[in-house]
Amino acid sequence: MAIPKGPQMELHTLGIGELRTLLDRKEVAVKDVVDSVYRRIDAVEDRVRAFVTLTRERALEMASEAQKRIDNNLSTPLLGIPLGIKDNMCTRGIRTTCSSKILAQFIPPYESTVTSRLAEKGYILIGKTNLDEFAMGSSTENSGFHTTRNPWDLERIPGGSSGGSTAAVAADECIAALGSDTGGSIRQPASLCGVVGLKPTYGRVSRYGLVAFASSLDQIGPITKNVKDAALLMNVIAGHDPCDSTSAPVDVPDFTAALGHDIKGLRIGVPKEYFIKGMDEEVERSLREALKQLESLGGVPLEVSLPHTDYAVATYYLLATSEASSNLARYDGVKYGFRQTGKDLLEMYKNTRAKGFGSEVKRRIMLGTYALSSGYYDAYYKKAQQVRTLIKRDFEEAFSRVDVMVTPTAPTPAFKVGEKADDPLQMYLSDIFTISVNLAGVPGISIPCGFTHNGLPIGMQLIGRHFDEETILRAAFAYEQATEWHKRKPRI
Amino acid sequence: MHYEAVIGLEVHAQMLTESKIFCGCSTKFGSEPNTQTCPVCIGMPGVLPVLNRKALEFAIKTGLAMNCRISPYSRFARKNYFYPDLPKGYQISQYELPICEHGSLDILVEGETRRIGITRIHMEEDAGKNIHEGGGNFSFVDLNRTGVPLMEIVSEPDMRTPREASEYMKKLRAILRYLGVCDGNMEQGSLRCDANVSVRPAGQKEFGTRAEVKNINSFKFVEKALEYEIKRQIRLLEEGGKVIQETRLWDSSRGITESMRGKEEAHDYRYFPEPDLVPIMVEQEWIDMLKASLPELPDTRRERLVSQYDLPEHDADLLTSERPLADWYEEAAASYSLSISGIAQYKTVSNWVTGELARLLNEENRAIEECPLKPSQLAGLLNLIDDGTISGKIAKSVFEEMYRTGRNAEDIVKEKGLVQISDSGAIEKAIDEIIARNPKEVERFRTGDEKLISFFVGQVMKSTRGKANPQMVNEILKKKLAG
Repeated sequence: MAIPKGPQMELHTLGIGELRTLLDRKEVAVKDVVDSVYRRIDAVEDRVRAFVTLTRERALEMASEAQKRIDNNLSTPLLGIPLGIKDNMCTRGIRTTCSSKILAQFIPPYESTVTSRLAEKGYILIGKTNLDEFAMGSSTENSGFHTTRNPWDLERIPGGSSGGSTAAVAADECIAALGSDTGGSIRQPASLCGVVGLKPTYGRVSRYGLVAFASSLDQIGPITKNVKDAALLMNVIAGHDPCDSTSAPVDVPDFTAALGHDIKGLRIGVPKEYFIKGMDEEVERSLREALKQLESLGGVPLEVSLPHTDYAVATYYLLATSEASSNLARYDGVKYGFRQTGKDLLEMYKNTRAKGFGSEVKRRIMLGTYALSSGYYDAYYKKAQQVRTLIKRDFEEAFSRVDVMVTPTAPTPAFKVGEKADDPLQMYLSDIFTISVNLAGVPGISIPCGFTHNGLPIGMQLIGRHFDEETILRAAFAYEQATEWHKRKPRI
Repeated sequence: MHYEAVIGLEVHAQMLTESKIFCGCSTKFGSEPNTQTCPVCIGMPGVLPVLNRKALEFAIKTGLAMNCRISPYSRFARKNYFYPDLPKGYQISQYELPICEHGSLDILVEGETRRIGITRIHMEEDAGKNIHEGGGNFSFVDLNRTGVPLMEIVSEPDMRTPREASEYMKKLRAILRYLGVCDGNMEQGSLRCDANVSVRPAGQKEFGTRAEVKNINSFKFVEKALEYEIKRQIRLLEEGGKVIQETRLWDSSRGITESMRGKEEAHDYRYFPEPDLVPIMVEQEWIDMLKASLPELPDTRRERLVSQYDLPEHDADLLTSERPLADWYEEAAASYSLSISGIAQYKTVSNWVTGELARLLNEENRAIEECPLKPSQLAGLLNLIDDGTISGKIAKSVFEEMYRTGRNAEDIVKEKGLVQISDSGAIEKAIDEIIARNPKEVERFRTGDEKLISFFVGQVMKSTRGKANPQMVNEILKKKLAG
């Protein structure tokens, strides 16, 4: 292995697999890894600003626990691996803000299912990562605290809403991270930051403890430096949870077992609606080359059609905002979180929510409230549900002909901070290629597939059938093995 | 003009489950505020509901008992509104697809059976309680009740009089209690009743504009509140006014209903399907199993009591109003029947249970479950009457003594020397004394004032301290007075 030895080496740059070997061989201690990660954070975080909260003390406690298990030869794949957790997943005793002022001081007395599964397997919590407030946005500019910067170009946004997690992974401020994806919030920032991001099938991973944005669309998934690490994380976080009725009682495979098998004869659908006029030239060129690469590996490209694609963004912004308007009603200043007093109850509600929420969150609450209002429900919410069914059928139809579909993850590479901040519609279009996947409930992964002339990462999205993450992981892994994109690191 | 009222009731019944509808917290009533809560029922960020299967079972059983169609596919919906006792800002309820629909319930009013339609029964979670105490510029919120499972039972507008509404409530309560799914306590709020009321000129087909009357928080107010509201609406119409669609609050201390909010101020609840819960699929097999497990319900039992014990409809109705009361009666009847050789007079048993026993229980506000007497003890008392050991009148005081002390009738009669005097010599002696002492009354009796017989009976009973066999007293008196 070409890894330099000794505690001074750059352990934070490694992936889960490489660290596993070093830790299990006892060539490095968990504390060395944790120290390395925090040294990196100390060096770059003031420029990247990926985190909302750093949990150094907790990390060191967890590290010493993990070390004991390694010393007793009780190693498991994630034991002693430092992860960043998006700050919309509840962590007991550690504040969980959703990057919102309304929850700035909220410390949950309970743990999300995903983090408690990770904790059982001995992960190290490095910190809680930044996001667009309540996961509503595509750039982290909607964070109630600060905007995270893209490690490849600090003038640019990292994408969103899991921009804190993807930036932290890209900048080596953690080994891997968890994000959540409602309309592309894992895949789009993964694409913009040049890392791997997987949105599992809806129902694959428990949502218990994930602060809800849009319950029927939200899904937690891994953000990693390579495809195998994503499979490793999936092995731990996937599976039915009795605390989440919408988590499916479906068997969980060993996702790493799918990796390494070839893709000869794999039918790769290329939806024609996703290669549209006006899309970024460099993105399109990278995708075409990536498709050639997949073909050379034995894949068989086929044009397919997802005819209701044009309606996806509108459908999404009706359904997601409707659910959000209800999910966010609990932040009323009565029980926990921020309260702004008023002369009576109604005024207290109004003041609290006016001051506690940012403008994008308020915009979406208003949209959703409107869509659900009597007299408008049939025209908006109900119609959107019907269109959602049509979009689902598009995917079923396509998947009767192909095994995976390949699309760009995002229409453009990372844009500049402030570039789209005042134009919500332009911002919403950042998720144009990812939204349908959430509406259909199928899994999607974004992996690096090239760079622009000015060194910005470009991502490719592979979409799979319901509960068939294995096939997209297998195809993604095959592509990754044949290319070098994932090895590039940003210079900060 | 003659008016007819149209009444439909919406009843909320708290289910008697051990734990709440979407989390594991206890449903116990009356605990310290906020001690029966968890992140799920207080609506913390990121938590999710999981349906309590027992609540679903109770709702299905109730639906079956009320002849409803049980939906094989139903789902929860969110009802959105802001209130401090509603921690999530929405109530998880059912809207478009309730668990039970199209049922009915029969009531007996003035000897006639009326069938009242049940539109639907749906499940939902209860809210907490706001407590305004301590003066200051603040209120308290107790979330112990938040998430306690409720059934909302909605009737068709099939009732025409307050009396019918009150009979409907009684029957509904009886069924819920027979099933063991709700304790039916209106005062504690485990059974709540809202009424939709309108009036129309007799003969008119269309309904009038309705008002919803809320806060009818006791059985005795069901009729009163409706009577008031109906009168109010009729008066309005007769004065040339109009009934407006609004929500009105029953004020029991003043005996009136008052406007709470009008149609314009009505909430837009923005119902939509609850995305955190999967649709409820109920298999026919389970429905069949639950149907088979239903206890005998009040109507069937009443009919059986009438035919099996030859009871008047009225007695059977009273006895079956509560399952434990009917149980008590049937045990007493069985025990009585076993203790005698001839044919048992079951009506007598009913008289005692619905008469003396009910009176004594009522005096102390006790439920039949708390009755200090065993049914077999009543049978013992009846045996003493049958064999002439005591008179019916003495029996009443013996029964009261039994009730107070829990002792058997025989012991009390022996100890207090209450054995009936059936010795004709002793009775004759007592009668002679009374006749001698009341010559004027004897004279009046003999000249035709026959009503005076009861005066003489009374005097004899008094002098024997009630122990004389009344039948013998009657006979001997008549003979002697006839001279």
